[in-house]
Amino acid sequence: MDLSYTAEEEEFRAELRHWLGDVLPSLPSRPSPDDWPGRRAYDMGWQRMLYDAGYADVHWDASPTLRLIFLEETEKAGAPYVGAGFVGLLHAGPTIAAEGTPEQRARWLPPILRGDEVWCQGFSEPDAGSDLAALRTRAWRDGDDYVVSGSKIWTSHAEVADWCELLVRTDAAAPKHRGITWLAMPMDAPGITVRPLKTLVGSAEFAEVFLDEVRVPVGNRVGDENDGWRVTMVTLSFERGTAFVGEVVACRRVLRELAAEARKNGRWDDPALRRRLGGLNAEFRALWRLTQWNVSEAEARGGGPGVGGSVFKLRYSQARQELYDAAAEVLGEGALDLGAPWVVDRLSSLSYTIAAGTSQIQRNIVAERILGLPKGR
Amino acid sequence: MRFQLTEDQRALRAAVRGVVGRWSGAGSWGLVAQFPAPLNGTAQTGDSQFRLDRGLWRALGELGFFSLRLAEADGGAGLGLPEAVLAFEEAGRALVPGPLVATHLAAGVVLGADTGEVVVAAADGRLVEWMDEADVVLPGAEGAVPLRSVDPLTPLHRVPAPAPTDTVAVLLTAAEQLGTATRACELAVQHARAREQFGQPIGAFQAVKHLCAEQLVRVEVARAAVYAAAVTEDPADIAAARLLADEAAVRGARDCLQVHGGMGFTWESEVHLLLKRAWVRAQRGGGRTESEELLAAELTA
Ligand SMILES: Cc1cc2nc3c(=O)[nH]c(=O)nc-3n(C[C@H](O)[C@H](O)[C@H](O)COP(=O)(O)OP(=O)(O)OC[C@H]3O[C@@H](n4cnc5c(N)ncnc54)[C@H](O)[C@@H]3O)c2cc1C
Repeated sequence: MDLSYTAEEEEFRAELRHWLGDVLPSLPSRPSPDDWPGRRAYDMGWQRMLYDAGYADVHWDASPTLRLIFLEETEKAGAPYVGAGFVGLLHAGPTIAAEGTPEQRARWLPPILRGDEVWCQGFSEPDAGSDLAALRTRAWRDGDDYVVSGSKIWTSHAEVADWCELLVRTDAAAPKHRGITWLAMPMDAPGITVRPLKTLVGSAEFAEVFLDEVRVPVGNRVGDENDGWRVTMVTLSFERGTAFVGEVVACRRVLRELAAEARKNGRWDDPALRRRLGGLNAEFRALWRLTQWNVSEAEARGGGPGVGGSVFKLRYSQARQELYDAAAEVLGEGALDLGAPWVVDRLSSLSYTIAAGTSQIQRNIVAERILGLPKGR
Repeated sequence: MRFQLTEDQRALRAAVRGVVGRWSGAGSWGLVAQFPAPLNGTAQTGDSQFRLDRGLWRALGELGFFSLRLAEADGGAGLGLPEAVLAFEEAGRALVPGPLVATHLAAGVVLGADTGEVVVAAADGRLVEWMDEADVVLPGAEGAVPLRSVDPLTPLHRVPAPAPTDTVAVLLTAAEQLGTATRACELAVQHARAREQFGQPIGAFQAVKHLCAEQLVRVEVARAAVYAAAVTEDPADIAAARLLADEAAVRGARDCLQVHGGMGFTWESEVHLLLKRAWVRAQRGGGRTESEELLAAELTA
């Protein structure tokens, strides 16, 4: 068991730290959460800066350890997070890198890395959420195209996306996990209507997407026709296994800020609150160690993240909500003021036990796929 | 960074598992079950019904369990805390009774502790475990009075002045808790697969399945924390490891008991022993409050 880094890894860290120290002070301030075009421009601008500095491919080309160092250092320095680049960089891109043809990789990966193109995820439907394989959006072949009709829901970043990783049913007669296909759909194709949905935070974070005979070239299919469920499992393993890793570092930063605020406003004298923050310190330290353990394991195996991602996601989504509940206790009545720091984050944290597979579904996965308990009838 | 077990560490774990496995077989649990339950009126205050197994103690000594961290020149193996943690995890998994931590820490200090010839008990907080069975009690146990220990395999005395906390003891205790938590999860899953109700294994019911899944999550988080603390030896990491490991063991044993239903509530099943031992260990090293306060202070350091 070794937690030290090699000379090259330390060199990477030092260079990155140096670079961050140079560029972060001159970044413009972040646009408001509701300014989608502004957010897109900001997030993609940051990705472009990473690209020009040679850091863009760290999400799927570099070794898992370098990626961990990247996330640790950028979060510690308070650099922008992936934002609108989330789907492209953290799960659509890695899926294409793992499952796509050389042409597909050449077409889609460089623009993601350069910050030119934004992706969204069209998996969920009104009647297919947890039961994702029940999806009904249909696609049929017409010459060199698939023609797609149906609707998707909760599609994050749909308003500003160029591409959508889309799940469609290509064989209605097959058992439900079998007749599914994974497509890359251009969001400017005729027949697509995006209707923004307001979240409980008050911003239009996600949307409903209506598809009316949208034509998608057959060449945009990743994996075989009707083999989309397998490709989807690859996507979800990235989404659950690695996409939240950097946020743990951010949570540790927030925890220190909370302690500092509590000392300033006198709440620190309350032993119950102190102990609660101490307990959260233990929690996020442990989650960081679990991350290091998982990364080392993936590196040793030479593969992508496995179902172990569900273990991490279950605990992390819960811990994040507890962190912001503790923030509310530090703030007192200030926690009712949307203008106070952490309050919007507290609202956002409510989605973590739902999005990317609910905690109930993650528990089923851990119990059935790791512990080998039987499926219920 | 290679935060995984090395080949040598795996081999060490397997060797310890082999030795303690001989103890933890059905026969040894049966030994406990044969004793009259303490509330039957037969047990005397402070009287251990259970004798410490000196044969096991010597076998552990031969294996190097106590001398693991002594320098080779002093007859030890010259290994570090990570290896000690793996050994204690196995002991916790097998629920080995006895003052393991105290004897391990006394190796090189008390003659014969390293080889398992001498059993050393020590005051930790306000409690001394196995005082009457030990050959040496550190730092002495003036005024100790016996308790009727909740754990039939850990006789306890209470001392008037609290002994200071030793961080290595806290970490080794966390490792034992991790092992017990792992065992509780294994037992629960085994039972959930085998026991049928309503025409199917109870493990097919989500309410049961989710209890087991949460057990595993707590075990894996605790494991990462305990192993990392053994590598860094950082006091805050050790405090974190103890909190996560206590949680994994105590809640894990409770959930295991729940999954076993009525059988879990009997004196004959081993499940209650896991929970009672986890409770005893959770009192060591100043308990939860001390660790949480240490971690709170670290946030503003
Ligand atoms: C902020 C946010 C962003 C999202 N972004 C995207 C996106 O970009 N793209 C996308 O495709 N999707 C997205 N989603 C959708 C998300 O994946 C689904 O909301 C989620 O999978 C749950 O599906 P559902 O909402 O239909 O709830 P349901 O499946 O209806 O579940 C409702 C409740 O029932 C429980 N439940 C359901 N089935 C079971 C079961 N078998 N056992 C036990 N309990 C069960 C659930 O745990 C939940 O508590 C997003 C969601 C949120 C909140």
